Amino acid sequence: MSDTLHIDWTKCDGRGLCTELLPALLARDDWGYPVSRRSRSGNRTDVPIGADSLDAAADAVRLCPRLALSLVGERTSRRA
Amino acid sequence: MDEAMWAFGRVSGFISLALFTATVLLGILTRSGRPLIALPRFSVTLLHRNFALLASVFLGLHVGSLLLDSYAKLNPIDVLVPFLGSYRPFWQGLGTVALDLVLAIVITGLLRHRIGQRTFKAVHWLSYAMWPIALAHAIGNGTDGTGKWFLILAAASVAAVGGAGAWRLSATFLETSKARQGGMP
Repeated sequence: MSDTLHIDWTKCDGRGLCTELLPALLARDDWGYPVSRRSRSGNRTDVPIGADSLDAAADAVRLCPRLALSLVGERTSRRA
Repeated sequence: MDEAMWAFGRVSGFISLALFTATVLLGILTRSGRPLIALPRFSVTLLHRNFALLASVFLGLHVGSLLLDSYAKLNPIDVLVPFLGSYRPFWQGLGTVALDLVLAIVITGLLRHRIGQRTFKAVHWLSYAMWPIALAHAIGNGTDGTGKWFLILAAASVAAVGGAGAWRLSATFLETSKARQGGMP
């Protein structure tokens, strides 16, 4: 199981910081909300994060102005 | 040494206020969700936070140096409890109120991930009260507070923060407001 970036849609306001920090993984829709670029199943809520993006994802979690992001997964739970 | 503390107390207070003015402007810009020319959004957020922390450091130096100054006659209790001072107690008290608000805003800011968005936000709104109180303290209590150059700077700051505040309340404040009001971008 790889790490995933979980987006809490009750909190997200589409401010765009995460899409700047993870440009390869997240795009913005017309209203500013993040959309996963790679998700095949249309899952917008849990974005798979590769090892190379883990630090940027951690930054996004830390800097999200709405505290809408969290990292879930093996490596992160082992780390914590 | 006394003279040095006095001078340092004045200049550090001025620097702190200038940095807090920039912090408020950056905070409003951050809230709009817009980048600043070449600076991405997360940089604007980090700049807002770092300006705030730097301003707080200078605020600490401002209060600390005046505690050591015998003319200001600042008691340790005046640092946290307002309006008890010996020199212009009302205007000094405004500084104390501003300091208390800064402490609350900074502590809740640093603990944002622990205390949650709602509490953080509720306390963070106090920034809009803190800034004018700090400015009033500078004008009413500062040795140069009613000097011409200071009043000109103060008027410019009020215009800048007031303008940003008006923009904050306008319908087109958010980067995405147009799209969210129904018009496609």
